[in-house]
Amino acid sequence: MYTTPDGEEVFIIDGHTHFWDGSPENQKNIHGKQFIDCFYGYHSSLSPKDKLWTREQFAKYSADKMYHDLFVDGPDDMAIVQSTYLKDFYKNGFNTIERNHEMAKGQPGRFIVNGAYDPRDGEEALEYIHFLKETYDVKGVKLYTAEWKGESRGWKLTDPNSYRCLELCQKLGITNVHIHKGPTIIPLDKDAFDVHDVDHVATDFQGLNFIIEHCGLPRLDDFCWIAVQETNVYGGLAVALPFIHSRPRYFAEVISELLFWVGEDKLLFGSDYAIWTPRWLVEKFWNFEIPEDIKQEHGVDLTREAKRKILGLNAARLYNIDVEAQKVRLKNSPLAVAAE
Amino acid sequence: MTGAMDTPIGGDTRVAALWDGLSRVMDPELDESIVDLGFVTDVSLDAAGRVDVGFRLPTYWCSPNFAFLMVDDIARELARLPFVREVRPKLHDHMASDEVNRGAHLGLSFAETFEAFEVAGTLEDLRETFHRKAFQRRQEAVILGLRRAGWSDAAIVTADLATLDRVVLEDGEATRQKPRYRELLLARGLALMPGDRAFVTLEGAALTEASLPAHMRALRAVRINMEANGAICRGLLDARYGETAVAEPPEAHANAARANETHACGGGGKSCCGGCARQASAPQPAAAPDL
Repeated sequence: MYTTPDGEEVFIIDGHTHFWDGSPENQKNIHGKQFIDCFYGYHSSLSPKDKLWTREQFAKYSADKMYHDLFVDGPDDMAIVQSTYLKDFYKNGFNTIERNHEMAKGQPGRFIVNGAYDPRDGEEALEYIHFLKETYDVKGVKLYTAEWKGESRGWKLTDPNSYRCLELCQKLGITNVHIHKGPTIIPLDKDAFDVHDVDHVATDFQGLNFIIEHCGLPRLDDFCWIAVQETNVYGGLAVALPFIHSRPRYFAEVISELLFWVGEDKLLFGSDYAIWTPRWLVEKFWNFEIPEDIKQEHGVDLTREAKRKILGLNAARLYNIDVEAQKVRLKNSPLAVAAE
Repeated sequence: MTGAMDTPIGGDTRVAALWDGLSRVMDPELDESIVDLGFVTDVSLDAAGRVDVGFRLPTYWCSPNFAFLMVDDIARELARLPFVREVRPKLHDHMASDEVNRGAHLGLSFAETFEAFEVAGTLEDLRETFHRKAFQRRQEAVILGLRRAGWSDAAIVTADLATLDRVVLEDGEATRQKPRYRELLLARGLALMPGDRAFVTLEGAALTEASLPAHMRALRAVRINMEANGAICRGLLDARYGETAVAEPPEAHANAARANETHACGGGGKSCCGGCARQASAPQPAAAPDL
């Protein structure tokens, strides 16, 4: 729970978090090292100086540290954990659903653990989606269209195999499809940052919500055009939000574009933990005002109501969370966290 | 800051010309010079006219296709210099360093370079995507500059190329982008004669006073996206290599670039655009100021 300077309690759902193991012991090859190094680059280039972790801390952290950073030091009430396998880079995977599920068990009611699949696995992908539903009752998945796999250098949401997977997700009630279109994964000849495939599947799968992480960065402009046309396309603010510290004016312009095109009902806060920690992000976001000239130019405002929605209410709606009931539930089950 | 530079053979002028050529190579996604971005680590020229160019990217994962476009452009730009016999770009610390460097060395196409991965077709579609975005970003900067200079929307949408050439802008970004905008306007065949409209859509359609605000909103989104990407890339490069490692062209290059500021882009010379691009590529501060 975040308490505002004037005493309002704001319910926070962190829409994008990870519990990874990028340690040298788990790295399979140079790609594993470069992958966590790249994440560390994001962490160190956009974090406030006093929030920097060491490389060692960053590579692997304990479940207790994660609880502490999100719920004790941090203002999160709940967090969505995304699973990212990357088994070609890491011996035990980067953060599989098994690992995430084990971590989440320690704090009942706090985490929503999402699954992941790769449609290029064909029939096996369909079986795996059934497994995710039956074993973990997942409500969402995280997909990386630019992921390398064998000879393939990425895929599109519109590929026939992908359509079969999305049909199954819709049928099983796995309704929230988070899509990573941003940097750090490997497109080769294809323009894997291209977001236009989202447009087609959003039209064809009205029972699904498509949450585009990082708001389509590096293709924010194209993403905005799509989100304005499709009622079931949402934007995750991870990566865009940390600009609030290092480049507040860029952030003001980005959030103004998003408010103008996508709207305050379709944006989700996410810390991208452990790339960033939620406390400073939420504090700065709550206290952020769009500069007057940008407000005028874009014709938008970031109101208190918009902030409440972005920080938690929008995600609650997507994941069918009754916020009032959840507040009571969390109040009655205090956190048991070891001191860090 | 220039410690990475090898001792130039052939004098500072030639090395300055090499840096000048490199500064015309753009990161396709950002439409910013690879020199300004700090991607070029070292340049050297030997007695036989062979040029070695070291460059690096903000992450190991930056798209190989973008990297290949840049390598290709480096070779093209430097090969235009009369004293250059061979160009060897060398990409460091990248997932596809070996393939890209081998392809550049042997003069292979993108498809040939990544033969093992069954790459389909060419990179022309990707080049076109970025070309369109660059056109939009440059156009917006010029229109904003004209608005700031007191131009009405009615005057902007009816301005012709000759008028654009004559106008002197106060605004820094508009001044920088004007010749670069003109270059793409001509390259895409959207304006050719002095009486042609200076501001049209990518498809060549005329703008009107009524359609300009919506048009500008679309352009604004392109610019904001590019600025955010640029900030991310600079931040990641900095995090990866540290500020002190950022290469800068030698003083001779800076002087050459400054000399070009007087270049008049009046359509004279062999293609005009070359001179304009040189003018546009005057070194900017390595770190973008926080606006």
